[in-house]
Amino acid sequence: MSATGTELSEQPTPQGSPPERERSGFTTNLLRVGVSLVVPVLAALGLYWSGIVLLNEDSNRAVVVLAALVVGVLGVFGLYYGMDWLVNKLPDHVRDKVRPFAFVGPAVVVLGVFLLYPTINTFFLSFRDSDGEGFVGLDNFVNLFTEGDALLALRNSFLWVLVVPLLSVVIGLGFAVLADRLGRKGEAFSKTFIFMPMAISFVGASIVWRFIYNFRPEGFGEQIGLLNGILQAVGTEPVAWLLLEPWNNFFLMIILVWLQTGFAMVILSAAIKSVPEDIIEAARIDGASEFQVFLKVVIPSISSSIVVVATTVIITVWKVFDIVFVMTGGLFDTTVVAEKMVTEFFTFRNSGNGAALAVVLLVAIIPLMIANVRRFREQEATR
Amino acid sequence: MTAATVTSQEKSFLSRITDRWIVKLSILIIVIIWIVPTLGVLVSSFRPAAQVNTNGWWTVFTNLGANEWTLDNYSNVLTSEGFGNAFLNSLAVTIPATVIPITIAAFAAYAFAWMDFPGRQWIFITVVALLVIPLQMALIPLLQLYTTFGLNGTFPAIWLAHTGFGLPLAIYLLRNYIGSLPSSLMESAEIDGATHFEIFTKLVVPLSVPVLASFAIFQFLWVWNDLLVALVFLGGEPDVRVVTLALRDLNGSRGSQWHLLTAGAFVTMALPLAVFLTLQRYFVRGLTAGSVKG
Repeated sequence: MSATGTELSEQPTPQGSPPERERSGFTTNLLRVGVSLVVPVLAALGLYWSGIVLLNEDSNRAVVVLAALVVGVLGVFGLYYGMDWLVNKLPDHVRDKVRPFAFVGPAVVVLGVFLLYPTINTFFLSFRDSDGEGFVGLDNFVNLFTEGDALLALRNSFLWVLVVPLLSVVIGLGFAVLADRLGRKGEAFSKTFIFMPMAISFVGASIVWRFIYNFRPEGFGEQIGLLNGILQAVGTEPVAWLLLEPWNNFFLMIILVWLQTGFAMVILSAAIKSVPEDIIEAARIDGASEFQVFLKVVIPSISSSIVVVATTVIITVWKVFDIVFVMTGGLFDTTVVAEKMVTEFFTFRNSGNGAALAVVLLVAIIPLMIANVRRFREQEATR
Repeated sequence: MTAATVTSQEKSFLSRITDRWIVKLSILIIVIIWIVPTLGVLVSSFRPAAQVNTNGWWTVFTNLGANEWTLDNYSNVLTSEGFGNAFLNSLAVTIPATVIPITIAAFAAYAFAWMDFPGRQWIFITVVALLVIPLQMALIPLLQLYTTFGLNGTFPAIWLAHTGFGLPLAIYLLRNYIGSLPSSLMESAEIDGATHFEIFTKLVVPLSVPVLASFAIFQFLWVWNDLLVALVFLGGEPDVRVVTLALRDLNGSRGSQWHLLTAGAFVTMALPLAVFLTLQRYFVRGLTAGSVKG
């Protein structure tokens, strides 16, 4: 009996021997997991090793950059290549079942370790005390909504969310409409200047604007900040812009408006150009003034683009950290949620409060992100 | 009748001219407001220290003949303030942190689009779901993880962090693009006996250059301009410090020495601005796609 059993199992059709099939399924799965893990683990080891080598290389920075380039470009691609070579060595019947996991596995592992695991962990930390040890229930969140400093961060973040998207959209839209009336060259040229700040880092922009807001008390020399320079020319006393509560919040917001208006302008300009000319003509023939055409025809046709721009800018605003961090360090009543989160964790070493603020950020952003992803998918589907 | 039309035409002709001038003037005003902040920094970075800190940069336009220009600020910032090293460190951070996620994402995107395996649907749905997570959610546990493994303050730590934060968007964008390639192409390659690996490297990657370029530029600028991730995982040690951190430190230690701050700011901004000016088209496309980065 047992001899026939083994004979059966060696036949090409596996229906007769469920245990044997299960076993090969198990080894296949094992191989799948193995293949998924090999690349990231090898990569991690390789990167770890190269990192140590790079750190020891104090003398020649150019060599370090070159090594980083080699590791980054060739190392990772080489690992995939080696993985494929290994998969090809496998017996026929498992090879094709394992191969997809050599392709998709590393991504899954990296996402699991660097995004999914930390996110879940942050949730748990938000219910724990400052050291992440004892369970404190909702205490961190209660603190957040009752304690003065955290409340201030929430209030300021709400102000940012109101002001920055509004100004960016209004100025961006206005400029897009005006530039639309120039010749093609003039339009492209003028738009470049509005868009250019998008390439500048938040830190760089903060320095640029700290120079604008620079303040010297009277009697301490000429003003070198542009705004106080203007006040000086007019004969007014200089103003310490960044200490002027609560207006200093507004002066920080201007920096982000300066950075984001270009984004709003580019998206809205494309939207305006796609409004069909005949609808606009029809409105004009009906006797509508240019302003009425803009308000009653153009704006409704581009409303979905306006929403995209606004949600995207709001997401950026919620996450703004660098500007406040560099300009005021969150002092003078300018703290915001994302900046407060970093100070709570890194300055006060309070992981509970830091995690709770991160969760607040997540809850504020999720609906906007879902809306954006959904719209992006629709857009891709119609392309 | 005809006279009336003529006058209305004349009127609209006149008002059109004034309209055009109002349009041009408003555009000019907005453009000036937008470039003056950067212009002030650029001009100041080339002025001698003594002048930058004693009178406004705009005075260079009132006494055009008597201006002195210097490169001292830049040489100071690049050597004694460490921006030269920081610039190279930024390259050593940014290039792998751009290439690694793109490579991993491209392989995964190909598998999601053209390979059959159990769990394909729900793994992809999970990836899309991860798009909505702001990176702040990952900072604290990831730092603790790095501290445990002694990875904190090394280049690989920040490469991997940026890889994790950039992957959902990269996979999502690339999957959309690679999935839209014609299936007849893949089938005929398969009939010719090409393996998936060959199809991927010889067919799919060359065809996907536009989307790869858009994402590469987006990720490059994102990593180069980042302060938060570098601050948390790399730190301010001079041997690993990137340009954004160097600028932050300079702001802290020499916050009133504007000849140095302006030059430092320009060193930080130079490469992204160059990328922006040369690759504006891809740049715009990347930024639009970036509306869904967590």
